[in-house]
Amino acid sequence: MATLPDNRPVDLTRPGYSTPVIAPGYNLEQVTAKIANVILTTKIKLGWFGVFIIAFGIMNLLLGAVGYLFVKGTGIWGINIPVGWGFAIVNFVWWIGIGHAGTLISAILLLLKQSWRTSINRFAEAMTLFAVACAGLFPLIHTGRPWLAAYWLFPYPNTMKVWPQFRSPLIWDVFAVSTYAIVSLLFWYTGLIPDVAALRDRAKNPIAKLFYGILSMGWRGSARHWHRYETAYLLLAGLSTPLVLSVHTVVSWDFAVSVVPGWHATIFPPYFVAGAIYSGFAMVLTLAIPIREAFNMKDFITDRHLNNMAKVMLGTGMIVAYGYATEAFFGWYSANKFEFFMIQNRMFGPYGPMYWFLILCNIAIPQSLWFKKVRSNVPVLFLISLVVNVGMWLERFVIVITSLHRDFLPSSWGMYHPTKWDWMTFFGTMGLFMTLFFLFIRVLPMIAIFEMRTLLPQAKVKH
Amino acid sequence: MKPVGIHGVMAEFNTADELVAAGRRAYAEGYRRMDAYSPFPIEALDEAIGIPHTILPWIVFAGGILGGAAGYGLEYWTQVIAYPLVIGGKPLHSWPNFIPIWFETTVLGASIAAVVGMLALNGLPQPYHPVFNIQNFVDHGQNDRFYLLIEAKDPKFKSAEAQSFMTSLNAAGVWEVPN
Amino acid sequence: MAQDSENDLVRIQTTKKDLGLTAEHAREKLSGARGPQYWRSLQELTEDPEFDAMMEREFPRHASEWTDPVSRRGFLKLMSASMALAGLSACTKQPFEPIVPYVQQPEELIPGKPIYFATARPTPNGAYPLLVRSHEFRPVKIEGNPDHPASKSIPQGSYPAELRWGVTDAQSQASVLDLYNPERSQNVTFRGDTRTWGTFVGAIRDAFGAERGRGGAGLRILTDTVTSPTLAAQIKSVLQANPQAKWYQWDAMNRDNARTGAKLAFGQYVDAQYRLAEADVVVSLDADFLSGSHFPGFLAMSRDFISKRKLDLAGGEGEAAKMNRLYVIESQASTTGGKADDRLPMRACDVEQFAGALANALGVGGSNGTVKDDHAKTFLNALVKDLQATRGRSVIIPGEQQSPTVHALAAAMNSTLGNAGKTVLYTEPVEIVPTEQAAGLKELVADMNAGKVTLLVMIGVNPVFDAPSDLKFADAFEKVALRAHVGIYHDETSRLSHWHVPMTHYLESWSDTRAYDGTVSIVQPLIEPLYNGRSAHEVVAVFSENPGVTAYDAVQSYWKAQNKGATFEPFWNRALHDGFMPNTASPARPASARPAASALAPVNDELEIVFRPDPTIHDGRYINNGWLQELSKPITKLTWDNAAIMSFNTAKQLGVKDEDVVTLELNGAKVDAPVLVVPGHPDKTITAHYGYGRTTVGSVGTGTGFNAFLLRTAERSNYAAGVKVTAKSGERWRLALTQHHHLIETKKWKEDVVGSSQVGNEAASRDLVRSATFEEWRRTPGFANEGEHQAPSRDLTLYGEDGYKSWVDDPAKNAAHQWGMAIDMNSCIGCNACVVACQSENNIPVVGKEQVLAGREMLWLRIDTYFTTPNTNDVSNPRAFFQPIPCMQCENAPCEPVCPVGATVHSPEGLNNMVYNRCVGTRYCSNNCPYKVRRFNFLLFADFDTESYKSRNNPDVTVRSRGVMEKCTYCVQRITSARIHAEKETRKVRDGEIVTACQQTCPTDAITFGDITDKNSRVTRMKSNERNYTLLAELNTRPRTSYVAEIRNPNPEIAVTPEDHGHTS
Repeated sequence: MATLPDNRPVDLTRPGYSTPVIAPGYNLEQVTAKIANVILTTKIKLGWFGVFIIAFGIMNLLLGAVGYLFVKGTGIWGINIPVGWGFAIVNFVWWIGIGHAGTLISAILLLLKQSWRTSINRFAEAMTLFAVACAGLFPLIHTGRPWLAAYWLFPYPNTMKVWPQFRSPLIWDVFAVSTYAIVSLLFWYTGLIPDVAALRDRAKNPIAKLFYGILSMGWRGSARHWHRYETAYLLLAGLSTPLVLSVHTVVSWDFAVSVVPGWHATIFPPYFVAGAIYSGFAMVLTLAIPIREAFNMKDFITDRHLNNMAKVMLGTGMIVAYGYATEAFFGWYSANKFEFFMIQNRMFGPYGPMYWFLILCNIAIPQSLWFKKVRSNVPVLFLISLVVNVGMWLERFVIVITSLHRDFLPSSWGMYHPTKWDWMTFFGTMGLFMTLFFLFIRVLPMIAIFEMRTLLPQAKVKH
Repeated sequence: MKPVGIHGVMAEFNTADELVAAGRRAYAEGYRRMDAYSPFPIEALDEAIGIPHTILPWIVFAGGILGGAAGYGLEYWTQVIAYPLVIGGKPLHSWPNFIPIWFETTVLGASIAAVVGMLALNGLPQPYHPVFNIQNFVDHGQNDRFYLLIEAKDPKFKSAEAQSFMTSLNAAGVWEVPN
Repeated sequence: MAQDSENDLVRIQTTKKDLGLTAEHAREKLSGARGPQYWRSLQELTEDPEFDAMMEREFPRHASEWTDPVSRRGFLKLMSASMALAGLSACTKQPFEPIVPYVQQPEELIPGKPIYFATARPTPNGAYPLLVRSHEFRPVKIEGNPDHPASKSIPQGSYPAELRWGVTDAQSQASVLDLYNPERSQNVTFRGDTRTWGTFVGAIRDAFGAERGRGGAGLRILTDTVTSPTLAAQIKSVLQANPQAKWYQWDAMNRDNARTGAKLAFGQYVDAQYRLAEADVVVSLDADFLSGSHFPGFLAMSRDFISKRKLDLAGGEGEAAKMNRLYVIESQASTTGGKADDRLPMRACDVEQFAGALANALGVGGSNGTVKDDHAKTFLNALVKDLQATRGRSVIIPGEQQSPTVHALAAAMNSTLGNAGKTVLYTEPVEIVPTEQAAGLKELVADMNAGKVTLLVMIGVNPVFDAPSDLKFADAFEKVALRAHVGIYHDETSRLSHWHVPMTHYLESWSDTRAYDGTVSIVQPLIEPLYNGRSAHEVVAVFSENPGVTAYDAVQSYWKAQNKGATFEPFWNRALHDGFMPNTASPARPASARPAASALAPVNDELEIVFRPDPTIHDGRYINNGWLQELSKPITKLTWDNAAIMSFNTAKQLGVKDEDVVTLELNGAKVDAPVLVVPGHPDKTITAHYGYGRTTVGSVGTGTGFNAFLLRTAERSNYAAGVKVTAKSGERWRLALTQHHHLIETKKWKEDVVGSSQVGNEAASRDLVRSATFEEWRRTPGFANEGEHQAPSRDLTLYGEDGYKSWVDDPAKNAAHQWGMAIDMNSCIGCNACVVACQSENNIPVVGKEQVLAGREMLWLRIDTYFTTPNTNDVSNPRAFFQPIPCMQCENAPCEPVCPVGATVHSPEGLNNMVYNRCVGTRYCSNNCPYKVRRFNFLLFADFDTESYKSRNNPDVTVRSRGVMEKCTYCVQRITSARIHAEKETRKVRDGEIVTACQQTCPTDAITFGDITDKNSRVTRMKSNERNYTLLAELNTRPRTSYVAEIRNPNPEIAVTPEDHGHTS
């Protein structure tokens, strides 16, 4: 059992100093130990149990709500004609957006040689997978006949010789999201192999040994393997980068391809992707901050990481703000009756207050990130990340509902009021997400061990 | 005629530097069937023990082409040939609508090719490998030590010579690896 | 209201804020806008602060689910068990007596092939002649009789003689649902216990036997208005045998005023029959003759009236074009007023004054009436000039609910103007024995109180519910020794009666009846009684010498007596086959009215309440009919309820707004009612539709509306001054409107964005309704296709020749036919007949009030109503425009590309098909439908459990299950059967061979359907009309359904500012 290093004081006042991505004084064994022990040796904390039970309880709300939904039909929700899409689609877009940060951090930052990514990419990827799992629920359960939608949306030869209708953005969605889920899983698992190999060799418990043994597939760290491994990982990163951009582009097409004023906008793809990254990083912060507290990982997830993520949020937030501005501008500039009315209705119609609240959450408050003081104030950063999560949900609500509830024929205008089942389903997915995430940090290394090793001075080969 | 019972000779080093240096020496010595083991990737090793560049990128490329062709093919065949329908006044082959899925299947094909290809080339999964017979390797191989292995298959291999050679590299330890 | 409190969905906390609905708001919105203002209701036009409160609570009504616990369907599911026991399927057989099918149909039953039978639906106003479609002996769909003078449609221009059809009204269309209603009473009961018909006859004969000695002095027969010659003859013979016995007729919506008025004018009872096809100027004195079957002769009148407005058919094109002019002076907001060229809203009592003034101005004797404001004076003078100029070609129609004086005045004016005998004929009344019913009922009640009545037999009436409240009928009722009630349902009266006998539905029993013009029809049953019902004939026969006589014998023997000799058989068969007896219309009586002597009622200035039959459920007789309950009433768009309807000025004065509960108090009697503010309603008066608020009623009618009869007295049964209105603070009553659900603007909206007229002007600036005055149309015939809202060029396509160009520019190459529809806004009177016809033809489910509130009504065809003001500042007197919206069957249907499973695709014939089996219910198609014509089964709306309703369904149309999208199909089942028929004869489908359900039933022939590639088809001619336009053309959806812009013909001397047509550009 390794002894943790005495943290020699670092002079933070020294000019030009920036917090390192890993605290000084660690050696290989200590890095491995610190991360692996969370899983292997440390006793399960009562706190962990507490939170897990709560998360699990909330997840059961989802089971209840969906169960009743299957019995009665989508009529238990607040949707109607004209508002045919409600919470289900709002939540879908929100979760899918959150699911973008993980792959983005792993892939794009890897290509950009951002070494600070190494300590957050693992659980960011996990977060991605679980968010996509939550998102994936909605397109299925929001249909009128999910027992058919479950397989009719996939191309398979059948006696009726009918096929999916490939011109529909909803089918594009099916392909984009499932591709994204598969590739993210592969990427995540590939990254895990050397780490589970390390766990395999450390584990005392025979069951754990067997479990990690199977997962590691006999990885032994051979130089020839490392060579191909690095190539594969780099290629995956290269492939995931356009993929991650394409996924939310396709999601935005679910709206942009329609004729509905407020949906039918060319700005949607970039503006949705930026929004996705925005909410994704917000969620990473929301998770990272408590975790590094709970598991004493401050040395690995340093203030530098938080700082950088805050900067990314600020940047993407500005792009999103530009998106809102463009929408409003074209509402007027297009001189299109329906567009103009839509933007007025969005701002000052029945749902106006939600629009302004989303502007507050997504644009006004995040401006504070310009200041280093705010970026380095962890509690404030945490709050801002929560605010942005809320704001991004509101954005989707505003886009979906306000565009639908008053479209072309005034005679068909209506209102949308979510029911308790809508809310249960929404919160339920949060429960599902947290449940999966808490299982993950108990079972798999939340930080990529072998990549952390490469950050150590010992890892630098001089000649 | 080499002894059947031996997989090779393995030496343990404390730092990556020593390993790379040892690798170079062994290569200069004329050993070719070598392998090195480290808890994290070390690029310098590639040229040190002469690892050829992998063909993986070509496999990935092929996977991408295959996926893309399959995707667009499916769309064209189902919408134009198998079950043509007039949809919203669009032509049967309304190609702009076919692009997104073509893209997704391309990426999917390439990605799967990348992972499966990597594992296949590495011969994984592999339930048993002789190096795990060395307890030190099991304890430290995936953690904080570095190992060089000269395989018995190497034409120049003689167990005793190899061991003495390794020792001369001031390795932390040298073992004969049984099969 | 009780049921309401159980359900917090329907109840929302009221806000303490003051009322937002004010004339000022509305005006300031409207002023400053160019062109006419179309808006949908006053809530939209003015902002309502309630929304702010709603936002504070963020989401009101955390509605668990939009179904009420004891739902209609729930109840009927229970019923299904008993229905199964009743073994209904076994009951669906034809009557034993020979019935005669209609022309061109196979005489024998071919499974899957429907058979048509002619019959008639008797109503107090005269029968509606019908042609009923029967599948495997099950009457399924009601159509009008094509040959009957009262129901034949407008001459179909170019159509060959055999291609013609009959028209009907909403109530006739819906009546088939009542036949199968499992809640109909099914057994003879004595004090609630089941008895046999035999015991009933025995008991009654005993009681009657005692009376015999005293000439039946204790016997009273109370029926509804009898238009059946046979029944009348039967009753008369009973009365002859028992001279002391008495017979009374009672209908809540009786015609006493018309009768009394006729007495005043002619000294005898007459029916006025209006020949609107001859009239160039029509003046309605509160006569709502366009809105439905509660007005005598509705079908013929609306048909003839509109035939004078079909500029392309009747009037001829261009310079030759002529158009009649409709003046409406009315005390409510009706479709008739909405269609008026010049309209003058005023209280009902002021109408009498106006009539007096008009009569005076026309040189008819009698006392002069006072006309208050200047606008009314202008109106009056212009009207007089117009009438003077069109002597003999004008007609003045008094409203059924107007006072006898007005009827007399109208008669006098018509004679003076030389209209009598030309545009109005006076004939013998439609009922066999015309009476003044209220007087009769009074007499009966007096006798009952005096204990003179020992045996009271009530046939098809519900006096305990609908008798004038001041008669205290129920109290007197208790004093009668033996009370027998015969009715289709258990009702308030049957509950207080000793005996109840289930009555037959008109589709179940033989009878005869007269249409409003006197033409006699034999009511031919299509099915054996489902629930052991007995017809009125059988019940009356109990009091005759041979009690056992069947309805068939009674009717046949009566007509045998009328036609002596061997000619009877052919005569009888002909009558059954045609559905009526030719040349039996009542001859016109050479009557000239004497100047009305009677004085006008004194002018008062009090708040007035007007009682009207409900537009859908009439006097409550149809309250158990789900189709009619869910049918949104014209103008108000209200379903499942009635309301205290008032103008917003009145609402403002009373300090109430929509859905507030108020207590209406009239000489002691009180009733709670929800407020509904309606544009165009006159000030200082409240319209209350009676028929709702019943206590003993089926599950469909339970808890719907309030009982206006509680306020209605014998003396003042149509309108009464001095009603007191007090708001019950805190109480709300959700009203399910099908248009304008919860459309509430925030304060911010009005102040910051709209400023003036944005909201009010939405519909106008979107150019959905395009209209012009007759003069403007003459100047710019192409007005409907000016402006920015035009379809882009077909060359604007990414695909070049492969795109829709290829098959839209040359559609014929895809299929033999390309279907299209044209809807003539000029002809649509918003009577709703098409909506019910569609529901009946296509098995459209009823969803209930909660679902309508949630915005989930399922009707495939809806009638959008928009209002506009000729004078942009006068929001109190708008014009209404009725726009039926079926599926547009777009050539570039936006719904199709977004469906992931290809459940909605295009047919080669240009139909936008919906494949129910394939639909998974993503609802994207509905989101992407600019016209919102798609309907989704959010829950299991279709009734799969009730046996009897299964028999009602049209076997040619799928019954849709939960989670499936559905919509108008242009009645694809009718198209297909016609195509098959044509293919068998190896020819193309002829124009007019396919008639959609909505088109077929339309009294005014507003809907035309056909092949748009056929240059000679009527639909092509309609579409080639310069006024033809499509909705939202700029979206390039290329709808196959198009609209013909409406032309109004206002009197230039009245219109304050000439109406500018629908363009703001």
